[in-house]
Amino acid sequence: MASVMNEVDLLRRIPLFSQIDTTKLKLLALASERLTYAPDQVVVRQGDVGDAAFVIVSGSADVVIGDEGEEVVVASVGPNDIVGEIAILCDVPRTATIRATGELDVLKITKDRFVRMLSDFPELSIGVMRVLADRLARTTQELSSAQAELAGRG
Amino acid sequence: MATTDTADTAAVPDALEPSLARYIWQHTRSQQIWILAIVLLSMPTYFLALDLPKRIVNGPIQGGGFPTPDATQTYLTISVPFTDTVLYDGTELTRMGALALLSGMFLALVCINGLFKLYINTYKGRLGERMLRRLRYELVDRVLRFPIPQFRKLKASEVSTMVKDEVEPLGGFIGDAFVLPVFLGGQAITALTFILVQNLWLGSLAAGIVLVQAFIIPRLRRQLIVLAKQRQLTARQLSGRVGELVDGIAVVRTNDTSNYERSEITGRLGKIFLIRYKFYQKKFFIKFLNNFLAQVTPFLFYSIGGYLAIRGSLDIGQLVAVIAAYKDLPAPVKELIDWDQQRVDVQVKYTQVSEQFAVENMVPFALQKVQAQDPGPLEGNIDVNALTVVDDSGANLIERADYAGDVGEIVAVIGGVNSGAETFVDVLARLMPTTSGAVRIGGHPIASMPEALSGRRIGYVGSEGYIAQASVRDTMLYALKHAPLQPNPDRPADSDRDRALDRSETRMSGNTMLEIDDDWIDYSAAGITGPQEVGGLLSEMMKFVAMDTDIHDLGLRSVVDTERFPELADAILNARHKLRDRLDEHQLSNLVEVFDPDTYNSQATVAENLFFGRPVGRDFAEDQAFANAYARKVIGDTGLDAKLFAMGLEIARNMHELFADVSPDDPLFDQFAFFRPEDMGHYQGALVRHGETPFAQAEQDIRDMFLPLPLSYTEPRHRFGLMTDELRAAIVEARQRFRADYPEDLDGAIAFYDPDAYNTASSIEDNVIFGRIATGIAEAPERVRQLVLDVLAEMGLDDTIREAGLYFDVGTAGKRLSPAQRQKIGLARTLIKRPDLLLVNRGLSGLDPRTQELLMDKLLADARGFGDGTRTFGIVWMLANPVHAPKFDRVLVFDNGVLVEDGTPTELAQAGGAYAKLVS
Repeated sequence: MASVMNEVDLLRRIPLFSQIDTTKLKLLALASERLTYAPDQVVVRQGDVGDAAFVIVSGSADVVIGDEGEEVVVASVGPNDIVGEIAILCDVPRTATIRATGELDVLKITKDRFVRMLSDFPELSIGVMRVLADRLARTTQELSSAQAELAGRG
Repeated sequence: MATTDTADTAAVPDALEPSLARYIWQHTRSQQIWILAIVLLSMPTYFLALDLPKRIVNGPIQGGGFPTPDATQTYLTISVPFTDTVLYDGTELTRMGALALLSGMFLALVCINGLFKLYINTYKGRLGERMLRRLRYELVDRVLRFPIPQFRKLKASEVSTMVKDEVEPLGGFIGDAFVLPVFLGGQAITALTFILVQNLWLGSLAAGIVLVQAFIIPRLRRQLIVLAKQRQLTARQLSGRVGELVDGIAVVRTNDTSNYERSEITGRLGKIFLIRYKFYQKKFFIKFLNNFLAQVTPFLFYSIGGYLAIRGSLDIGQLVAVIAAYKDLPAPVKELIDWDQQRVDVQVKYTQVSEQFAVENMVPFALQKVQAQDPGPLEGNIDVNALTVVDDSGANLIERADYAGDVGEIVAVIGGVNSGAETFVDVLARLMPTTSGAVRIGGHPIASMPEALSGRRIGYVGSEGYIAQASVRDTMLYALKHAPLQPNPDRPADSDRDRALDRSETRMSGNTMLEIDDDWIDYSAAGITGPQEVGGLLSEMMKFVAMDTDIHDLGLRSVVDTERFPELADAILNARHKLRDRLDEHQLSNLVEVFDPDTYNSQATVAENLFFGRPVGRDFAEDQAFANAYARKVIGDTGLDAKLFAMGLEIARNMHELFADVSPDDPLFDQFAFFRPEDMGHYQGALVRHGETPFAQAEQDIRDMFLPLPLSYTEPRHRFGLMTDELRAAIVEARQRFRADYPEDLDGAIAFYDPDAYNTASSIEDNVIFGRIATGIAEAPERVRQLVLDVLAEMGLDDTIREAGLYFDVGTAGKRLSPAQRQKIGLARTLIKRPDLLLVNRGLSGLDPRTQELLMDKLLADARGFGDGTRTFGIVWMLANPVHAPKFDRVLVFDNGVLVEDGTPTELAQAGGAYAKLVS
């Protein structure tokens, strides 16, 4: 079980999964696909149907919104971050494009597996909620500062 | 060109002869008379064989007629009957000599009787098979001529049960229909006469009991007939229901009605059980009675015959002969009674079947007459006068519609569901019978139009064009097969024995003399000159119906017959090398792990690595590869078996550790399909039982359980970390041994991988890639596929691949194709015969709106002569979506069965009536 144990160790380092016991993590690791992306390769594309979330193992990626040519980088993600979970939780198209900024190594967790894990582990659900809430808080804050800026100009 | 005359297909009468006996007599009279003659001819020897034992016992054995040991008697005197003329004076023989002669004669008679029996039975069998063949043919012929509405009431599985199973017993009976009663009757009368001649008293006794049997038993059996009828009907309905279940399984599953269906079937089975149970009760009672009566006679013989013999009024030789003769009496009588039973039984079956096939308004035979000549173009008008169509429930589908227009006009028919628009198109396609009014196309009343004209010059595309199981190519060419046009060049000469037999039997059975292996394809109707242009034409058609990409795809995924495409193998091999170069060029070689005879392919399964080839057939199929003795020998000789066994145990342990708490419906089990979730406990038990026993001492069943588990293991997919360098080396070593000593008798069971040879069992795509796509690299499959497509396109192989795709097997009812693909092929099949009038009834409804419009535009352009410009044709199109109506030259609007508007789209739009409402 050497190879899968590496991935289990990886998963355990991610705060979201830290509460889950080894056997379940092994299942999660076995059910997920380990993928490498070349620099500039697109992991998910804004507007596509989402069927998986990604845990970044190594490397980094940009989260980008907008059409080609008018793209805005809204965030940058790195090791242990989880991305792409909104589309599979809410059944909405991908809200942003994720593009590798260097060699990127990810663990791809399918929608079905992710949802099963959520219903099996309340801790995981709470963890995911926390991540989402954090993002919401940050977005709200950014929105109000942007509004303030606009108001200041007006 | 025409090799066919109309006599090649014999007319089958519309109604089946109601009496089975008359039906048989009508078709086999002369054969029945012949066989009767043979049976009568066999009677004298049969009688002689009965008489001889008495003569042997009374003469040589007991010494009757031989007063002294040296006395002689004259045998073999031949004289002309009823005269005193003696042809041969005979021979003087002693007792020993006479014994030898008479025994020899007995043996000879036995042989002659046996040969008679052999001839009679073979002849009867053939007679029966012929009639069965005729009957089945006639039934199918009627199905082909049933009026269309009849098919709404028919269940396909019931019809096939009738044709296949229900008439089957008739075959056995037909040969016996007249022969058996005569033969057995003759035997019985012979035996009875013999007994009567020997002794009037005993003979009358035997005759009396036979009469009782012959009187009572058939009467009892009449009750069985009623039950037999019910049995047949319920069994047929069961088969119809099972057919419905299979067809309607989606409805059952999506409504949770499986238990209702179970109970429904149980109800039927219960009914069938009761009928059959009653049937058996009666049947066995009759059997008992029959046996009893048969056994009473010998009792009388022994008691009365013995009494008479003791009293001396009957000599012992006579008694022995009577008893010997009686031995032959019950059997024929019993068989006669059985025959009567069978007769009654098959008459019931025959009546039931013929009633089902007695349908009114069958298509007259003349309309389906085979015609090799081109019927000529369909020209002139479509005239519809006061057309009224009423369906079987009495609903008015169309009321007094009038229409007149040229066959070549381009017409749209619109209207909602049940408006009559669909019915109108179906009437023109002759799929809906008219109730009153007159419909003529090109001057022919449609009811009496030969199908040779309508089937070739009118094309119909419905929403469900049925596709039988065949290749895409044959499916498309189907519409060109009206008559055998060119004899098969490989056909054996008419003097060939097998062929002569086949021909004469076909004729005797009243089947069609048209031969299926002739070339039926009417190339000229499709506008080509011969078979060499078929590939090009079909590719063009595929492009026309926007299916060329699909066909290319099917070609890539299909295993190609290299005999059919001899140049392809080399070209694909070339493509394999080009792909390799291309991957290197782009530094993408890591995307594919190539099959290399000397290295372990980590992306492939253990089985694929071990056998290093693709299994053909079941010998080395993954789940049972180790059932093969040679495979077992190789892994045993190389010591790989112990290693794989250990690996199998590890897999089972891992599975248990990981999946113990996982629900059996978890999709993860599909990825880890080493065994079924419900077998988990079974394997766990075996693990415990085996413990730490070394492989050499492992029990056979344990070995058989764990040894095959690693076969489907792939490290990157399963990630148990079981693959070591040592194991890889051992597998590669076993691979080489497996290949080196591969026995001849398994030739062809595996298509081995060879970097320099085309693999005959792999698809084109797999042959080009010749390896496994690496896991773990994002988008690797897509990128490799694109490169494969590029390479093949650059090499100019796309046309060949599409042609290979045309040999793709569409599956039962075309189910291996998507509904859209089926519709496209249905359309292409209609267009290939280049009809003068194209009828479309929601024929493109399965396609996406964009493709629908694209195809409609192409068809309309073609019809107007803008295609290749050489021909135009008419269209009557029932439009599912009226917005397309302005593209047509004329529009018919139906509402509630009435043709409410008729005119050009512009006129109708201005009029602001029903059309304007529908289109807006």
